Amino acid sequence: MGARSVETKLAAFGETQRRDAWWVEILPVVILLGGFGVYATLRAFEGKFYAWGPYLSPFYSPLIDPRHRWWKLSPALLILAGPLGFRATCYYYRKAYYRAFFLDPPACAVSEGGKRSYKGETSFPFVLQNIHRYFLYLAILFLLFLWHDAYKGFFFSGRLGLQEFGIGIGSLILLVNVTLLTLYTFSCHSLRHLAGGKLDCFSCSAFGPPQHTAWTWITTLNERHMLLAWSSLISVGLTDFYIRMVATGIFKDVRIL
Amino acid sequence: MAEAILRVFRGGPEGGKPVDYRVPVAPGMVVLDALHSIQGHQSPDLAVRWNCKAGKCGSCSAEVNGRPRLTCKSRLDALPLDEPITVSPLKAFPLIKDLVTDVSWNYKINKMIPAFQPRAGVEWKMYQRDVDRVQEFRKCIECFLCQDVCHVLRDHAKHESFGGPRFFVRTACLEMHPLDGVSRTKLLKDELGLGLCNITKCCTEVCPEEIHITDNAIIPLKERVVDEFYDPITMLVRKIRGA
Repeated sequence: MGARSVETKLAAFGETQRRDAWWVEILPVVILLGGFGVYATLRAFEGKFYAWGPYLSPFYSPLIDPRHRWWKLSPALLILAGPLGFRATCYYYRKAYYRAFFLDPPACAVSEGGKRSYKGETSFPFVLQNIHRYFLYLAILFLLFLWHDAYKGFFFSGRLGLQEFGIGIGSLILLVNVTLLTLYTFSCHSLRHLAGGKLDCFSCSAFGPPQHTAWTWITTLNERHMLLAWSSLISVGLTDFYIRMVATGIFKDVRIL
Repeated sequence: MAEAILRVFRGGPEGGKPVDYRVPVAPGMVVLDALHSIQGHQSPDLAVRWNCKAGKCGSCSAEVNGRPRLTCKSRLDALPLDEPITVSPLKAFPLIKDLVTDVSWNYKINKMIPAFQPRAGVEWKMYQRDVDRVQEFRKCIECFLCQDVCHVLRDHAKHESFGGPRFFVRTACLEMHPLDGVSRTKLLKDELGLGLCNITKCCTEVCPEEIHITDNAIIPLKERVVDEFYDPITMLVRKIRGA
C-alpha cells in the first residue's frame, strides 16, 4: 500500500441510501439524447428531402457534392463529424452521457459498482475529449455556413426566376436555429478559456482588459450552457424535421411576407 | 410534540449497524440538534464530529437520507418525517466510530500542492477583476462533502492517484492568482489525476458554499492541462517562443 492509500468499502452497483427517484434525473437525457441520436443517424443516411426552396437542413450544411459526382453516399456523412464531435466532447454533454449512458455514476451518491480499473479521461478513447477546442474551431466554421443558409432562407425564387425577399415559416425556423447554435457555441467552456480564462492576471498584459470583457460575456453565456445545449439540439432536430416535412409535401410552408 | 425517527449508523471499522432513535422535534431543529439530543438523552457514547453549528467549520459532514450534507444545515422540517431519517458517515473515508471518519488523507494531498509563490519582481498590487475568480474558491470550508460524493474516490477508491474536487479548487485558487508564479499543471495531470475526473458535477451539487467547482475550477484547470500537454498548436507556439 502506498502513502496515499485509504481503505474503504466499495459498494455494489445501484447501492444507495437515497430515497428519491434518482433515476428520473437520467431519464430525459436517455430519451432526448438517445432519440436525437437515432433520428440524426437515420436522417444522415437518408440522403434526400434535405432541401426545399431556399431552405437547407442543418444536417446537410455545408452541402457537398449533392449530385454524387465523387461521393456516392449521403452528403451529410461528409460533414457530420464536425458538429457531432463538438457535442460529443462538450463539457456539458460529457456529464449528461457519462451519467445516463455509462452510468458512471448513474446519479450522485448512487454506486456504480467498485471498479479499481477506472481510468476516466486518461486513456483512449476518452482522452480524446481533450481536443474539444479543435471541434470548437470547426463549429465556428460551420456557423458561418449556417448563417449563410439562414440568410438565403429569406430569398425565394420569384417571377422571371429572380430572387425576391420573403419570409416563410422555414425562414424563421432557420433563423432561430442558427441563433441558438451560435449562443451554444459561444457559451463553450473552451472558448471561455481561450478568450481570457487562461490568463492569471487580466491587468498585467496589453490585451488583458478586452480579454477580461470577452471572458465576462462568455461566462454569462456559459452559465446557461446546459440550457443552450438542449435548446440548440432540439432546434436542430426540429429544423431538419420541418424541412423534411416540407420537402416531402406533408407540410406546406406558409409565406408570411 | 412531533417526533422524528433517526436511523443512525453505530459501529466502527470492524462493522456496525443502523440504530433507530426517537427524537422530539422542535421548531427550526436541524439534524445535528437531533444527534445532540440522542447524545444528551439516549446514547452519550454516540460519536459525532462538530464545531460551529453555523455551516462554517465544515466538521459535521455526514450522509442524510443518502445525500452528503452538513448536518447543521439539514433542517428536519425539510425532510420527510413519516419515515426514518438515515444518518451515515462519509463513505469515501475510513470509519473511526459511528459518524466520525478519518479524513487525514485530505491533509496529505494538501501538502502535495506547492504553496503561493510570487513571481520574481512582481508589484504587490491587485485589481478586483483579477481576484474575482479566486475569491469564490476562498469560500471553501473544507467539509469534504465534494470528496465524499466524487465517484472517483467513493466508487473507485482512487485515493492513490486522485486529488479530488477540494484540491482542484485549492489548486485553481493558486493557479489563477494574479501574483503567483508557479505552474501546477504537471502536478494536476500526473499526481492529482485531473484526467480521472469525468466532470459529472456531483461535487458542485453538494457544495454547501455553492462554489461552482466543476465549471469554475475543474474545467478551467482541464483546459490549462490541455494547453500544456494535449494541444499541439499551443505546444508548438510555446516552443517557438521558447517559453
